[in-house]
Amino acid sequence: MIIYLKGIAATGPGFENWDALRNHFAVGADLDPEFVPRPQGTILPSVERRRASPTIKLAVDVAQEAVLQSGLKAEQLAVVFASSNGDTNTLHHICEALATPERFVSPTRFHNSVHNAPAGYWSIASGSMQSSSTVCAWNDTFAAALVEAATQCIAEQVPVLLAVFDTPFPEPLYEKTPGHQPFGIAMVLDANSQHSLAGLELSIETDDQPGATRMNDAQLEALRCDSSAARSLPLLAACAAGEAQQEVVLDYTEELRLKVVVSRLGD
Amino acid sequence: MISNSKISPPTTQPLALSHYTVVNALGRGSAATLGALRNGKSGLRRCDFMDTELDTWIGRVDGLEDEAVVARLHDFDCRNNRLAMLGLAADGFESAVAAARARYGAHRIAVIIGTSTSGILETELAYRRRDADGRLPATFNYRTTHENYSVTDFTRRYLALQGPAFTISTACSSSAKVFASASRMIASGLCDAAVVGGVDSLCMTTLYGFSSLEIVSTAPCRPADAERSGISIGEAAGFALLEKADGRNDVPCLLGYGESSDAYHMSTPHPEGAGARLAMTAALQRSGLEPAQIDYVNLHGTATRANDNAEDLAVSGLLGSATPCSSTKGWTGHTLGAAGITEAVIACLCLGEGLLPASLNTTTVDPGFSMNVLLENRSQPIRRVLSNSFGFGGNNASLVLGYPAT
Repeated sequence: MIIYLKGIAATGPGFENWDALRNHFAVGADLDPEFVPRPQGTILPSVERRRASPTIKLAVDVAQEAVLQSGLKAEQLAVVFASSNGDTNTLHHICEALATPERFVSPTRFHNSVHNAPAGYWSIASGSMQSSSTVCAWNDTFAAALVEAATQCIAEQVPVLLAVFDTPFPEPLYEKTPGHQPFGIAMVLDANSQHSLAGLELSIETDDQPGATRMNDAQLEALRCDSSAARSLPLLAACAAGEAQQEVVLDYTEELRLKVVVSRLGD
Repeated sequence: MISNSKISPPTTQPLALSHYTVVNALGRGSAATLGALRNGKSGLRRCDFMDTELDTWIGRVDGLEDEAVVARLHDFDCRNNRLAMLGLAADGFESAVAAARARYGAHRIAVIIGTSTSGILETELAYRRRDADGRLPATFNYRTTHENYSVTDFTRRYLALQGPAFTISTACSSSAKVFASASRMIASGLCDAAVVGGVDSLCMTTLYGFSSLEIVSTAPCRPADAERSGISIGEAAGFALLEKADGRNDVPCLLGYGESSDAYHMSTPHPEGAGARLAMTAALQRSGLEPAQIDYVNLHGTATRANDNAEDLAVSGLLGSATPCSSTKGWTGHTLGAAGITEAVIACLCLGEGLLPASLNTTTVDPGFSMNVLLENRSQPIRRVLSNSFGFGGNNASLVLGYPAT
């Protein structure tokens, strides 16, 4: 199964955007140890921007950047959004409210709590009436979402916007589910190779070896293991590299691995 | 290694629902649901869920409080996974999947489950039991209960499946969209078969959340009624084993699916039902059927003013005013992320029995409506059903289920 990359964006601890991360991988530019994403949600209409949480803004920011880079119109794109825990702050606030005698759940918090809230905000902001899915698979969420996006590209012959994002829980849930520093990654994918940055050939492997591709740098390897969205890092590194062809293996359920062969097509 | 790296673009092909199962307020297994549909007996009752104090009616499944999940999966024990297990244990589903596993291999069967809130009730209860330092109880396990993949992970472990797996969580369309994803996976050669389903269980988040949106009815829900006043929340689990139909004509098949977005509002549908109509149109196109070939529409039909208005415009705009339509939420309640699978299984039961169910509790259809809402059960052979599921975020999915043309 081959799909083509038409736009790419990423933000996370140490890098504001894809250019910063690509320069790190391609020419060894330093990451900024002070940088943490500060989601803006600039694409959102003002009413929605006021209602949107940081998780939602992180998702739409990175999605918007990838779409801009692709040159495609947002309303043409089907959407696959993914996150292992969804809107972590909103879930915390709702559970906290439900533990009080009043049990009052704010209507805005309630609709923000659905796992597909970021995708819903995106469709309102972008005007896209295309199919919109939101998926998760714990730590393998990125691989599962990439497969869902790829099968949509091919079966529906539609370009797909993939966005995977994670944010940390506040306490007390953080103790139970640590990590998940804010990390967002988005790709515009298409079955058509025209004007694409790279080809991604996906296949599912049942062999244990080789295991998931790791990052050589210890800090980036720690970041890779921090969230489901950050498990995209080896694929991002391969997309940034100048190699003609590079193979990346992602965990995809306990028993399966997703092999992605990245072929460089142009700049 | 699976040799699937060279796959030609897929063509649309019917998928057989070779086995299916459902558990809801009507009882455990398909026979309980079918019996209640025939007898006009609702599963709704006055809200008696835990310590809630809400003036509403709910579709609660009896016995979940007393029956833990199997010991080997005790980490996963929570109301939502208990409900999932009841579904997997009903209708011979587990043994049907075991036979499929022997036929295809465990890693060639995908598991795709829809849920909106998974086991969030565990987190809600854990927050009530925070200690003096604000910490959650040591016994609370977020990943295996609340986390949205928990129910899918539980299902694949329970069934000993090792294929691709993920959760779809798009609110009330979740377990309709699982059919679309499974269809694409099978067409792409990533698996040979799929267990699809949906599980959503009662929790404080949805009961109090929908209440604060003021769309929960104080009486049993009355879809499409002139006097309708909101939803009755239910809980349910349902599963189907999807396989290539390969000419089979003796079991109901997925003939088409359509997905769309409203791009309008987070919790209110597009007033003209534009997104809903897009999803229905896409489902018909994919099935290769004309609107007139649909024998019955199982409406999303939540009984909110806004949903039923929009759906009437979408349905009557696309299908006209003759096609019999009904919502079965008067029986089961709105089972949220499990509504898609619940109503897909009801569609299969109706196809098998030649039953067109009424919109239970509906007495006077909204005079502004153009669609043909059934007020009485009707018996007649039917071959194709359209089933609608729409959710928050303006997320729409429609399925066409029926027997392939011979």
